[in-house]
Amino acid sequence: MKTVDEIADAMFKMVSDATGLKKLKPTDLSKAMIETFGDDCDKKLCKAAIRELVNSGKLVYTYFGGSFLELPHREGAAND
Amino acid sequence: MADALPKTPMLDELEKGPWPSFVKEIKMAAKRSPMSKDLLGLLEQSYNEKIGHWKHGGIVGVMGYGGGIIGRYTDLPEKYPGVSHFHTMRINQPAGWYYTSDILRKICDIWEKRGSGLTNMHGSTGDIILLGTRTEELEPIFKELGELDFDLGGSGSDVRTPSCCCGMSRCEWACYDTMAVTYDLTQTFQDELHRPAFPYKFKFKMSGCPNDCVASIARSDMSIIGTWRDEIQIDQDAVREYADKGMNIMRDVVGNCPSKCMDFDGKEISIENSYCVRCMHCINVMPKALRPGKDRGATILLGSKAPIVEGALLSSVIIPFIKMEPPYQEIKDMVERIWDLWCEEGKARERVGEFIQRVGMGNFLEECEIDIVPEMVAHPRENPYVFYEEFYEEDDGDDEEEG
Ligand code: SF4
Ligand code: SF4
Repeated sequence: MKTVDEIADAMFKMVSDATGLKKLKPTDLSKAMIETFGDDCDKKLCKAAIRELVNSGKLVYTYFGGSFLELPHREGAAND
Repeated sequence: MADALPKTPMLDELEKGPWPSFVKEIKMAAKRSPMSKDLLGLLEQSYNEKIGHWKHGGIVGVMGYGGGIIGRYTDLPEKYPGVSHFHTMRINQPAGWYYTSDILRKICDIWEKRGSGLTNMHGSTGDIILLGTRTEELEPIFKELGELDFDLGGSGSDVRTPSCCCGMSRCEWACYDTMAVTYDLTQTFQDELHRPAFPYKFKFKMSGCPNDCVASIARSDMSIIGTWRDEIQIDQDAVREYADKGMNIMRDVVGNCPSKCMDFDGKEISIENSYCVRCMHCINVMPKALRPGKDRGATILLGSKAPIVEGALLSSVIIPFIKMEPPYQEIKDMVERIWDLWCEEGKARERVGEFIQRVGMGNFLEECEIDIVPEMVAHPRENPYVFYEEFYEEDDGDDEEEG
């Protein structure tokens, strides 16, 4: 079984690579991890990895009609 | 400062009449809050132009959470600096909406200091809605509310804050402890409430009896509605008392029974309980004479929603009767199976009710390992989704084709 950190790193890379191209939902990340790591990963592990990424501030939740995970950034709509 | 309020002839129209007015409330708050004052000006401009001046803030939130804050900025920040940021906070209400006046004052104190002072008690999901604050105030407010034992509620594609009627705490009709179930589900599904991972929102609402005071059958993805499976309790002396006092039992009680399963012979009411659909009508009309049965539990229904992306739906029965006993594990396991399937196969912004319509109720029930039972069928031969395989002979279909 992979560790939470290993899954978190793989998820973080996936979000970084997709930035500017596609917004990813938490389920997109979990599905990709389970597909990549097979029996070495499960939904519980994915949940824990997402929690770690968000609690550490490496990723943030965003909402644009649906909820996504993204790199922290200043959004276009923000006022000073 | 009252004379410094902007002129708002359009909004003033909404103060007329005997009903409460949000304009009146905003004006009261505007006497103390520059944010509320600019809100008045901005709204008046919007009403005149018929254009909304809000921008959606999709990234606004508190550390670690994906729900509970709805970000808003105005697109006229120079003209209305007070509402340059105007984020809404959803706060998880206590089950049954019980507060002490002391705690309400403390919440309002925080909000007057750090927000607009405007509240909406409560939003349609049930949360305390605190309207209008700045991004830099979110973390301090979250911390101060946490010190009062309040947490954020849900928003986005997550479990929305579960809510319930007051149930056994005040209501004699409650067939299970709605507040206990609400508290338990809220605690059990904290992760799903604060960390959105679904195709769209998922609401739980708990009503203690079929009167359904929180309208769960129309407004929640999962409705848990109290019911009973034995006989309605009848006090025939009290029935006669109602009759003696002039109640027209034949017309107002028996005549309005939707399943026509009651009778009154001038002295006693009789009920054919196997036909009773537990609508509560007779019990509501004669509360001293009739009561729900003693073998109580709940019916679980799935799939209702208000018309947002698609049209409105009412919930469908998936469990006709279940005893409501802690830790409610059977329900929680079923909920997890439903979420697994919906997360796997659901489209973005597809509520679970819409998902069921797309894949078909029969397939949905089978995938979620929920037994198909006759009580799911509203009227014989009307519901196309149930397919009783055990009563189906392989040749039946062929015969029809040949014939
Ligand atoms: S739903 Fe039933 S139990 Fe709950 S408050 Fe209403 S009447 Fe009482
Ligand atoms: S609860 Fe409704 S269906 Fe049942 S006996 Fe009373 S009126 Fe009839």
